[in-house]
Amino acid sequence: MLTKRNAIGILIGVELVLNAAAVNFVAFNHYVWGGADGHGIGGLVFAMFIIVLAAAEAAIALAIILNFYNNFSSVDVERADQMKG
Amino acid sequence: MLLLADQTVVEPFGAVKPLLFYALAAVIVLSAWGIVLSQNIVRMAVYLLLTLAGVAGFYFMLHAEFLAAVQLIVYAGGTLILIVFGVMLTSKNPFMQLKTALWERFVGVLIGLVIFGLLLFGLVHTALPTGAAATGESGGGHYQVAAIGRALLSDYLVPFEVAAVLLLVVMIGAAFMARRSAKQGNG
Repeated sequence: MLTKRNAIGILIGVELVLNAAAVNFVAFNHYVWGGADGHGIGGLVFAMFIIVLAAAEAAIALAIILNFYNNFSSVDVERADQMKG
Repeated sequence: MLLLADQTVVEPFGAVKPLLFYALAAVIVLSAWGIVLSQNIVRMAVYLLLTLAGVAGFYFMLHAEFLAAVQLIVYAGGTLILIVFGVMLTSKNPFMQLKTALWERFVGVLIGLVIFGLLLFGLVHTALPTGAAATGESGGGHYQVAAIGRALLSDYLVPFEVAAVLLLVVMIGAAFMARRSAKQGNG
């Protein structure tokens, strides 16, 4: 792929992107929606769901990567070019 | 902050807040840069830990203490350990390197610059609140955990339950997929 060929490296990159989105949710919740009374917490709830989904995504992705490694003895994504295991 | 039950809003960082912000931002950006540029998977995991810790510090600065704790526990304590386990399980040599071609890096940089330009365009052309609204510290730090719990079980009940079912499905599915199939023997 573009900068990483290691499947776990790609997974780490996805975690980074999800974290960036969560930071934006929390920051805009604090400075835009939260306001002076601080009743708006939707951004915090969204960020929490992002963390939950990132954990679920990491678990599933690692299961797929382990399965791939069992078949190919490698985590090089360039070799994952067919659907049949 | 949560222990202060009265109505006074205490600014916990005071004058060092901009300094703290820039220090945390430098840690986050440099370690994210390291994740992208490093070709060593173990170093990438360590840089990811630094980034996650820095983001947790941002959450503390934004008065999202509960979210910072969740970030440290779930991300730095759970997801990162999972990734390190994946690194250990999937490489005979954990320091192996899988290089990418030069044109692939060029395309990656190009896509990154395009996305950066789009985000910068959107940021410049968005009317962000200024003055009192921008500097207004939300006083919701006191009972924030209670407010989150109440929101999760009232306004966000359906997503909450869907996330619960999703976690169950993920647990079963991951265990099912990662098991060693009998026909493969040693796996």
